[in-house]
Amino acid sequence: MALRLASLVLALAIAVLAAVPAYAVEPDEVLQDPALEARAREISEGLRCLVCQNQSIDDSEAPLAKDLRVLVRERLKAGDSDEQIVDFIVARYGEFVLLKPRFEAHTLLLWFATPAVFLAALLIIALAYRRRSAAAQNLAPLSVTEKRRLKRLLGQR
Amino acid sequence: MIAETGHYALILALGIAIVQMLLPLIGARYRDQQLMAVAAPAAQLQFVLIAIAFMALMTAYVTSDFSVENVWRNSHSAKPLLYKISGVWGNHEGSMVLWVLILALFGAAVATFGSNLPGELKANVLAVQGSIAAAFLLFIVTTSNPFVRLDPAPFDGNGLNPVLQDPALAFHPPFLYTGYVGFSMAFSFAVAALIDGRIDAAWARWVRPWTLAAWMCLTLGIAMGSWWAYYELGWGGFWFWDPVENASFMPWLAGTALLHSALVMEKRDALKVWTILLAIITFSLSLMGTFLVRSGVLTSVHAFAIDPARGIFILAIMGVFIGGALTLFAWRAPLLAQGGLFAPISREGSLVLNNLLLTTACAAVFVGTLYPLALEALTGDKISVGAPFFNLTFAPLILPLLIAVPFGPMLAWKRGDLLAAAQRLMAAACLALAVAVLVLAFRQRGPWLAPFGIGLGVWLIAGALSELVYRVKLLDASRSETWRRLRNLPRSAYGTALAHAGLGIVVIGIVATTAWRSEAILALKPGETAEIAGYTLAFKGVAPHQGPNYRERVALFEVTRDGEAVTKLAPSKREFTVERSGTTEAGIHPSWRGDLYAVLGDQLKDGGYSIRLYFNPLVRLIWIGAVVMFVGGAFSLSDRRLRVGVPRRAQAKVAAVPAGE
Repeated sequence: MALRLASLVLALAIAVLAAVPAYAVEPDEVLQDPALEARAREISEGLRCLVCQNQSIDDSEAPLAKDLRVLVRERLKAGDSDEQIVDFIVARYGEFVLLKPRFEAHTLLLWFATPAVFLAALLIIALAYRRRSAAAQNLAPLSVTEKRRLKRLLGQR
Repeated sequence: MIAETGHYALILALGIAIVQMLLPLIGARYRDQQLMAVAAPAAQLQFVLIAIAFMALMTAYVTSDFSVENVWRNSHSAKPLLYKISGVWGNHEGSMVLWVLILALFGAAVATFGSNLPGELKANVLAVQGSIAAAFLLFIVTTSNPFVRLDPAPFDGNGLNPVLQDPALAFHPPFLYTGYVGFSMAFSFAVAALIDGRIDAAWARWVRPWTLAAWMCLTLGIAMGSWWAYYELGWGGFWFWDPVENASFMPWLAGTALLHSALVMEKRDALKVWTILLAIITFSLSLMGTFLVRSGVLTSVHAFAIDPARGIFILAIMGVFIGGALTLFAWRAPLLAQGGLFAPISREGSLVLNNLLLTTACAAVFVGTLYPLALEALTGDKISVGAPFFNLTFAPLILPLLIAVPFGPMLAWKRGDLLAAAQRLMAAACLALAVAVLVLAFRQRGPWLAPFGIGLGVWLIAGALSELVYRVKLLDASRSETWRRLRNLPRSAYGTALAHAGLGIVVIGIVATTAWRSEAILALKPGETAEIAGYTLAFKGVAPHQGPNYRERVALFEVTRDGEAVTKLAPSKREFTVERSGTTEAGIHPSWRGDLYAVLGDQLKDGGYSIRLYFNPLVRLIWIGAVVMFVGGAFSLSDRRLRVGVPRRAQAKVAAVPAGE
């Protein structure tokens, strides 16, 4: 994360325009209706601030994030459903604004990769275990002298 | 003159690294003692030369020598001394010099303290270490020279990015890099073992302390970064699943898995091939992190395409080392003998489960971090992968792991008794359940799963303590017997218990602050008061203040609780004169219940200020837990078994037992 320095330097270079940054949700943005505001916060947490590194618009200080927060609240006041609002913003800014990518053809690999790795690893472990126990069972049985020696050793105890 | 000395030392170090790479390798191949003996002094000399270069750069920073371009770009004469020093690694070129310095430090440490290593192993390890150093020194000398001069020298510098001017962040990179680069030891040992074609339990005993030391530093480095983000970014978040964070988290996950699999290898001579592969993977992830951050590919695929020289170079380094090591692995690994057998329910089995879940979780982070880059490069489609994705893929893998952790140390090697382990953990389970139910009963808000998250944390802590209680027979034996056992218990047992308990502390901190943080977003005028989480904050007003290299506006809050004065908070907004940008400094009051966290915003039209107040319950446990994990690592590291000199006994055995038999 120190390596975050580099990205911050770059992010700051991009955000030169914001000499003194404002910060996430400001008092004048907050909606009167607590239920609507709660919905606004929930939607905001899933939307990416377009000029930041993986920050949601709810956390971001960038002016663009503020514009999006205001937009979300305007649509809420107009009576749109959560889904309509997200669709509206995706239509405007592209799928890039979604912090949780949709489940579509081009994200199949993204969503299935982890379960696939898990199952593959499980399979490898199971196969390795079977091979190892089979190999162990195929060990040559003890010879007569060995058995006699074993008996003697055990008998001593 | 000083800068030129540094530059010269860097080029000499490159030459030495090439010698260190070639001669010992040839020596080990032909059993030539004299060529092999080159390795140790070369590694030491290389470290001295890079240290000279590093000190030269440091001198240029401390004396504000703006005729050096790197200093001019990243420093300023009015900057406090601490940030002049940390400015050395606050930029690309300087951070790469720190990178090779730490790499050389590990190499020199093996050269100096590794007198008990078999000669060929030591020569091969240092040769591999030298090859990594040679690649990165070549990278620095050809594309990222920090000693370039400016003529005429500018009057003053550009200053350091204000958000980096912070005490925690000053020491964050050295710790993180020590972790990152420290895994190169495991890599070098793995490749050396593959070149040598033999490996055994003693190998794991040599590798484990280095890996453990690297892991400890990485743990602390990540925690420092998260702590910094918490108080500096102005809204109290501690983890963002940002690609740069993920870049450091992946080696941590793989390194944690490596520590555990090396344990199996050391104790039971099993999982050898997998441990070697994991050592290669862990350092490969460190290299990939370096590439991701240093190439600019994260900002945009296009930024990478515009100035590809550095990115392509690191990509080539990655390709050579990862590709080379994996090829060597595919070729030589089948030669390595398999070790001891074990039942699925056993200590080994539990560590296999640990490895399965940790590496799959690491794969989840890997896919989530790299998929958007790959997709954009291939199709041009831009997508984001953020916290919701990781909550869905990473969490389901980590949760079962956390539940399973206390069982591991309770199971016997080879064949364990799950029922007996469960009985020994009964007290811990009851305590965890009781806490969960209690929290559930008193819960006023927040998700209903959260109390179980707290219970999980308690389970981890109590489970770790149960293991100690069981091993010292606290309940079954006389007091003197318990005391004797307590003293005779290996330090590594305390290390394990501390590290696992630390994990539990982190879990409680994360769950509590995520589920029950309170927040108030207000417009306040001086003289007004606000309330949050039982505290009353009286806003006294905002006053200007002049710092060494910034101006700030400081708000003053008097905090009371039930009518009694608690503290004063002074959040501020800083404006850095030279850099012409600002930071927000939160006002934080820590207590055992949690942090009261106040942030000052802009002045509003009506003369008021926008103010944000948070109460973050138990949030400090996140970093306290990380420190406990670090201390646990230190306990293990000080264990007699791992201390330098002891493995000598095993040395004769190593020479006698080649792999494949």
